[in-house]
Amino acid sequence: MATRRSAYLRRYALFASLSIMVSIISVSVFAGAPVPDIPKGKGDKCVEDTQFMRESHMDLLLHQRDDTLRRGIRTKKHSLKECIACHVVKDSNNQAISAANPKHFCRQCHDYASVNIDCFQCHASKPGKKSVSTGLGTIRPDSEFGLAEAHSLKGGDAL
Amino acid sequence: MKQQQNKIDTYRRKFLGEGVALAATVTIAPGVLLHNIARAKPAEEAVTSEVRWGFLIDANKCASDCNACVTACNEENGLTGFDRPETDAQWIRKVTVRDKQTNFSVNLPMMCQHCAEPPCVDVCPTGASMKREDGIVLVDKHICIGCRYCMMACPYKARSFVHETLTDQLPDMPRGKGTVESCTLCVHRVDRGETPACAEACVDAEKGAILFGDLNDANSDIAKRIAAEASTQVRGDLRLDPGVRYQGI
Repeated sequence: MATRRSAYLRRYALFASLSIMVSIISVSVFAGAPVPDIPKGKGDKCVEDTQFMRESHMDLLLHQRDDTLRRGIRTKKHSLKECIACHVVKDSNNQAISAANPKHFCRQCHDYASVNIDCFQCHASKPGKKSVSTGLGTIRPDSEFGLAEAHSLKGGDAL
Repeated sequence: MKQQQNKIDTYRRKFLGEGVALAATVTIAPGVLLHNIARAKPAEEAVTSEVRWGFLIDANKCASDCNACVTACNEENGLTGFDRPETDAQWIRKVTVRDKQTNFSVNLPMMCQHCAEPPCVDVCPTGASMKREDGIVLVDKHICIGCRYCMMACPYKARSFVHETLTDQLPDMPRGKGTVESCTLCVHRVDRGETPACAEACVDAEKGAILFGDLNDANSDIAKRIAAEASTQVRGDLRLDPGVRYQGI
């Protein structure tokens, strides 16, 4: 009985030491891996704390999507359109890049974490062009126009 | 006496408040129509059933050679075709109706009729097909599974199915393969206090056949006109109470 027990302990010790070694190796490998190069957004700071955004941006977007679509609430603070406008990445020709480009803001982290983004199957992944309609004299402020003011407003405020 | 004084104060305050609001709307930007601004709701406020958006379409003013509303809709919502008319998205289309006995024919634009009792919402198995409080019927593409029951249920043939992978969608109008879509009454514009693109284009084309407004507001142009003039709902016998009314058909 005692021998069987010590054999078990020995095996456990071996397993434990092996797993510690493996984890040390993997940590050192991990540390050497390239970290995502996250492009800086416009303005001084994000609408929320960076760490909070890293963990919870998807919850904010999910909440906002239902509020906007079903209840017509169109606040700018947590709107995908505003995220896209603020975190736009330009190419060498100064054109905004879409999510098809791995340098896109969202893709930097999502590629790194191997998490697929479904949003851009339907949603625009780059800001729209500024457009003013000629019609009744109504103005269509598009993302970039609205963006300049977006961060000077308190959360939830609209233009 | 004190009570009366308070009452007067309230009136004064209200009057002054309205004056300030008016001044603000007048000076907000040159060329912006006053009634457009006045109608815009604050962005953080949810839509309510106090408002019911609708169209009044005068078929007599609709010209057979004019396609301005269709073009404007396609441009506003980024609807691009694949040269496959059977399956390409079509949110608004021009229809010609003819009286077989007299040969009298008339043109009209046909789109989602934004029914008060929408059959597309009744049949939707996921709750994607939905009606907003203000009467605008929409598809929640996040939960649409593309079963197309709603397309079968709609008596106006108003809905389209996206068959192909799309790119370059507009920021205001997300669209994607495998979902059903239809006229949104330009909900993104309406929420900003503007009129739908087709109605604006119709005014620009100097036809003025499409009038947009709040059916519930007795002081709106549309409510005044439907109260004073004859108008009909297409397939009114189905009792779906469409938000779109027609004249001259």
